[in-house]
Amino acid sequence: MPSLECLPSREAKGYQRKRKMINPLLMQPAHRVLPLLRAGEISSVELVRAALDWIAEADPDLGAFLYVAEARAMARAISIDKARHQGEEVGPLAGLPVALKDNMCQRDTPTTCGSRILEGFRSPYDATVVRKLEEAGAVILGKCNMDEFAMGSSTENSAFQQTRNPWDLERVPGGSSGGSAAAVTAGEVYLSLGSDTGGSIRQPASFCGLPGMKPTYGRVSRYGLVAFASSLDQIGAFARNIPDLALAMQTISGHDSLDSTSLPEAVPDYLGALQREPGALRVGVAKDQLALEGLSPSVRQIFEEAIAKLAGLGFLLEEVTLPHASYGLPTYYLIAPAECSANLARFDGIRYGLREEGRDLFDQYCRTRRQGFGAEVRRRIMVGTYALSAGYREAFYLKAQKVRTLIRQDFTEAFKRVDLIALPTTPTVAFRFGERTEDPLSMYMADLFTIPISLAGLPALSLPIDWIPPEEGEGPPMPVGMQLVGPAMAETRVLQAAYCYEKSSGLHDLIPSFVNDRKGLRFDPQQCSQIWGQI
Amino acid sequence: MPKPTIGLEVHVQLRTDSKMFCACPMEFGAEPNTRVCPVCLALPGSLPVLNRVALESTIALGLALHCHITPFSQFHRKNYFYPDLPKGYQISQYDLPLASDGYLTLPKESIAASFKKVGIIRVHMEEDTAKSIHGASLAHNVGYALLDFNRSGVPLLEVVSAPDLESPEEASAYLVELRAILRTLGISSGNMEEGALRCDVNISLDRGTRAEVKNLNSFRAVRKALEYEFQRQCERVERGEAVLLETRHWDEAKGVTIPGRSKEEAEDYRYFPEPDLLPLEIDVRWVEQVHRSLPELPEGRRERLASLGLHPSEAITLAHNPELACFFDGALEVGAPPKETANWLLGEVQRILHAGGKSLEETPLTPVRLAELLRLIQQGVISSKGGKALLEVMLTSDRPPAELVEALGLAQVSDPVQIRLWVQEAIAANPKQSEQYRQGKEALLAFFAGQVMKKSFGNANPELLDRILKEELQATA
Ligand SMILES: [Zn+2]
Repeated sequence: MPSLECLPSREAKGYQRKRKMINPLLMQPAHRVLPLLRAGEISSVELVRAALDWIAEADPDLGAFLYVAEARAMARAISIDKARHQGEEVGPLAGLPVALKDNMCQRDTPTTCGSRILEGFRSPYDATVVRKLEEAGAVILGKCNMDEFAMGSSTENSAFQQTRNPWDLERVPGGSSGGSAAAVTAGEVYLSLGSDTGGSIRQPASFCGLPGMKPTYGRVSRYGLVAFASSLDQIGAFARNIPDLALAMQTISGHDSLDSTSLPEAVPDYLGALQREPGALRVGVAKDQLALEGLSPSVRQIFEEAIAKLAGLGFLLEEVTLPHASYGLPTYYLIAPAECSANLARFDGIRYGLREEGRDLFDQYCRTRRQGFGAEVRRRIMVGTYALSAGYREAFYLKAQKVRTLIRQDFTEAFKRVDLIALPTTPTVAFRFGERTEDPLSMYMADLFTIPISLAGLPALSLPIDWIPPEEGEGPPMPVGMQLVGPAMAETRVLQAAYCYEKSSGLHDLIPSFVNDRKGLRFDPQQCSQIWGQI
Repeated sequence: MPKPTIGLEVHVQLRTDSKMFCACPMEFGAEPNTRVCPVCLALPGSLPVLNRVALESTIALGLALHCHITPFSQFHRKNYFYPDLPKGYQISQYDLPLASDGYLTLPKESIAASFKKVGIIRVHMEEDTAKSIHGASLAHNVGYALLDFNRSGVPLLEVVSAPDLESPEEASAYLVELRAILRTLGISSGNMEEGALRCDVNISLDRGTRAEVKNLNSFRAVRKALEYEFQRQCERVERGEAVLLETRHWDEAKGVTIPGRSKEEAEDYRYFPEPDLLPLEIDVRWVEQVHRSLPELPEGRRERLASLGLHPSEAITLAHNPELACFFDGALEVGAPPKETANWLLGEVQRILHAGGKSLEETPLTPVRLAELLRLIQQGVISSKGGKALLEVMLTSDRPPAELVEALGLAQVSDPVQIRLWVQEAIAANPKQSEQYRQGKEALLAFFAGQVMKKSFGNANPELLDRILKEELQATA
């Protein structure tokens, strides 16, 4: 399995080398840059050029991108500048560099899902979220690295490369949307999309010290998202602060006639709602969850401090119980593999992607799929196939569905008494490369607190609550995240509460040493514009 | 002598505008792989959206087969690998078929009344696979398969009968009746040659172990395969061998069934609910609405037509040909007499069409025009013989029938003065025969009638002619 020793090329290049300075504008939140674009103080071409240059400079060490669409992005920036210049309507994200996780289809662009089996595949169509981003004027710079078919919690399962955590390059960025999280953290793009099946947005958001959100199941169209587990997959976003996140979610949410599971309800004005105080919301704290084995004492301590801070902000704390949530992990690891065993059946080497010729049809299937899929994907396909097999279906798949219903009911009960539930996002901070690759179960533990929410299909957001020094060994402080979970369709409330917390913490201005080697530098907007002026 | 027990599993291609889960148009015979999109090619990231028309068609068939329409249904994934199945699973239905527990009534040829009910176990929806075309390259000594995804995702219904059929003839009658229902509902062409109707049969002796025979692509094949399989099973039993539970294939060329895989090693399809589609909640008001708008079905139509005095075979023919039945009803609506209409429509009209290799829709004949023709005969404007000549023209010309009668000189002469004149001429010209008649050779009446018909170009009113001829022949005496 990959570890630092396996990466001579990076070592040789020396990821500790001095990099060129980042254009400070790139570390700003979207909300400070969009007005500059709108006012014509900077052009989209300048901004996109700066981002592409920084990707060229930083990404060889970071590994966030699998594909950078340089020419296409520049062409788009030019056309947006031109349209804006001519006074045309250009959309709320016009000219802003963003990125996609590589499991979202974009026309004529490679979509690999981090897998050899899709190497060289170019989608002939756009995912609905891609269409929505482009209609809003965003400039998509490229596709971000991920665990193969979104199966993993560290992005180490990518068939192509590792992605490093910008806060500590020896640590993983989380996964499966690790590339998307790292790209925003490191200033390569302002916003990125990820997908979350069991925690694949919230967990990397927590590991990378960013806000990241998974909406209610059905809020965002899955059309064009390469399926892992259809009943759990949801697209969401990473951003530098809550208003940016609200903007991203606003852009991609809404009913889509191409996705039968898409919710018909209109999307509220998330950004507008941030202007309002959420009021004295009741926040549920699940003590039974905090008692779970695997939760690091230091993460628990930081989480409890954050809860206390919420109380200080006027939120009312209530104790709730989620008695079946602890069965979330085994439940998820039956349902998700069962669905993936069918979803990944289409990668058979017949119509597209990798094909390994064989003696006969059966042999060709076997060779293609053995060559094309990595170990974790094969493991889950086998587990899922087994769980659905005659004689085992009742004991595994159907039993898991029943437990899923119980978990969902736990949340329904809890939300009769509270408006939100707060949970740690992950049991620990980001771990080091190779630490968990040998033992799948230890890797699965990274999603302990995110999975029950996915099974219940609820909206949840992870936001950074503090940075703590590593428990063992040397290294820079690492971010800790908190999850705020709402009832179905309550994205607005979740965002409002998170914004409340963010404003009081001021943590969102921290930037990683990867970007600027002064550790924990706070970005000063004044200083920033001065630097910009000098360039 | 053992009796065969037969059950049929029929796959029906629906005739919707678009496919079952995508907007691709359906077109039989289109250039291969031109009616495809990300969904029916199963490209990564694509998702199915159910075609409501296909759903409504299924409900309609369920109701026509007297089934219970479930208020809650679901699609399942049926998992197996095959190149013609692009997703690696087929979206089908499993434990919650849309319609179940119904029956179909077979007509009894002689009395046109219902006589046998065949149980319908279930009707469910599923998607069709792509079409594989197998071939071999002689130059390279290898086999190959070509795939046409135009058929991928075409809506299919699977109609499963109870093992209530007791002979190949009954199985055939069942298929004919099912096709008549499908055509009456207008939901499928029912064309077996185009693959719109595909049939698998289960057959056993006296409800013993059954064999399934697949790949039956014509009515003839169904009957022949059942006859063969019945014979084969009887022979096994006579030899003291057991009938095996197996799937066999019909070899059309050799006229035999050959064993496929046995049921024991049948694949495990690992059914599970399709998470990309919401469960179906069928509104009972919708079902009622579909029920109210069902057309008259073959069973009821047969009874109604028989009650109009039609011959049972005519009633059955019309009931099995909804277009003809509509034509028939259209003519009756404008006052045409039922028996004559059926007579002409199924007799002379079909004969001329058949000879010309045309279908009724390709001609300018309409129910109103046929009714007019019958009225002209009834009113004596033309003779029945003249009617046949007129019909011939009406199948190519859309001029008003009355005008055609004039133009063709088909009008019947009912003027007694004119007829008397012709009669007198005929008698004058044949004094010998006239004499013989008067001496008692009455058969010569036909001779004189023929002479007059010749003079009148066949247009003399036959009854009038008969009367006047007798009068004149007597008078000359
Ligand atoms: Zn299609």
